Amino acid sequence: MSDNITKKIMLYFPECETESPIVYHLVKDYDLMINIFRAKVTPEEEGYLVLDITGSDGNIHQATEWLQSLGIIVNETDKGVKWDQNRCVQCGSCVPHCPTGALSIPDRSTMEIRFESNKCIECLSCIKVCPYEAVTSIF
Amino acid sequence: MKTVAEINEKISSGRAVVLTAEEVIDYVDKKGLEQAAKEVDVVTTATFGPMCSSGCFLNFGHSKPKIRITEAWLDDVSAYSGIAAVDLYLGATQLRHNDPANLDYPGDFRFGGGHVMEKLIAGKEVQLFALSYGTDDYPGRELRTRFTIDDLNQAVMVNPRNCYQNYNVAINASDKPIYTYLGYLKPHMKNCGYSSAGQLSPLLNDPFYRTIGVGTRVWLAGAQGHVYSEGTQHSPTCERGVLGVPSEGAGTLALTADMKKMNPEFVRGVSLKGYGVSLSLGVGIPIPILDEDMLKQTTIRDRDIKAQVIDYSTDYPQRTGKVLGTVNYEELKSGTIELNGQKVETGSLSSYAGARKIAAILQEEIRSGKFLLSQPISPLPFEQSMKPMKEIG
Repeated sequence: MSDNITKKIMLYFPECETESPIVYHLVKDYDLMINIFRAKVTPEEEGYLVLDITGSDGNIHQATEWLQSLGIIVNETDKGVKWDQNRCVQCGSCVPHCPTGALSIPDRSTMEIRFESNKCIECLSCIKVCPYEAVTSIF
Repeated sequence: MKTVAEINEKISSGRAVVLTAEEVIDYVDKKGLEQAAKEVDVVTTATFGPMCSSGCFLNFGHSKPKIRITEAWLDDVSAYSGIAAVDLYLGATQLRHNDPANLDYPGDFRFGGGHVMEKLIAGKEVQLFALSYGTDDYPGRELRTRFTIDDLNQAVMVNPRNCYQNYNVAINASDKPIYTYLGYLKPHMKNCGYSSAGQLSPLLNDPFYRTIGVGTRVWLAGAQGHVYSEGTQHSPTCERGVLGVPSEGAGTLALTADMKKMNPEFVRGVSLKGYGVSLSLGVGIPIPILDEDMLKQTTIRDRDIKAQVIDYSTDYPQRTGKVLGTVNYEELKSGTIELNGQKVETGSLSSYAGARKIAAILQEEIRSGKFLLSQPISPLPFEQSMKPMKEIG
């Protein structure tokens, strides 16, 4: 298990791929641990799945190829929740509502806001409380 | 003792010593009050946060044929037209036409007067739709056009209440979440909302209004404007603590400046879920260091500025006067306060980082001779409090 890696990925289903039990196959066929943050998978519509996958590099690579063969777009860089530094006024009203510390104020003398997307579990609490639409969700 | 005129002379000749209200604290610690008062000429203060009592007068120039506007909407936000023909006043908290408000609670309040002002200052195009009943000399009855701020003859921000001297800390002791102008408050006092720049805030550095009065030149979102009156609800008669700094809302300022000279970074529309729309503004005010006493006032620190924690689920709306506790801004800025043995997470609506930026910009503008200080033409009232509404029946 020590050579396992964890990746946060976003799956985009351009059309209805919801017939296939994708998560089951990721676990069963590729020996991956799955932690789903957020899903919007509706029949007849495009769908999204944001999740952490943990496993060996080789298995993750093969699983990614299998997902792509189904026409699913695997995005390892884009995030479902985006923080726009230019729209943020650094007020801090989001910070007490972020459960993971993805939004934080590391230096209490300057009171500037930091967003660490790798800590973000896409709970969307910040979107509700940001007065400036500095945080948005792509779905 | 120095006068404003002497300080302005030093500014014009590039010799003025200007510090921010944050820098001055350590400077006086190091040099001592007496020596520092001889050296320091100006201390810059600033704040950047929601200021609901804000708005602007716009003059459009005359259409052909002329119209005497009686109803008007800017990007579907209603503007007041009970003034001359093509003058309008747009208020920051006005909702967009057809906004469902809180019908689908909590409402999103995505767009309103504050957002229109943000768009205008950012140079974006805004739609004007206007109606009238028509007269012999103003026959126009309907008008729909698009304009930017450059097309307007005048765009003057006139804000009846800005720069609250201090403010409440809002908390929710009930068992349901509530939505307030100090943010979303979880039940059972899990978090609280505050809004002040604390040690950088203008009126906390001049708590007795010695230098900030009617006529004081201010930096309003990048434009040079001035204080035109005390603000609405200006209530200086209140509880005061260290150096006479109020621990309640206390004083307010009414500000005006030319919107055409403003920087869009410091004029931002605000959407507060479940509450409404507003406008966030950046304000900077220089304090002339006339003597040691004035310098001492500007050394106020976060830890010496107190604020009252009020329950916004009952005591605030019902005006019971009950205060749950008192905290200081150092505690508030740390991220957690302790209230009755319970840890409460804090969130600010006012941007301290923004206030620091403004205080530094103003410092630079004064150092470079671009911004001169002004002597107030009359002081702000120092003894006055607000009565509750008289309700009959």
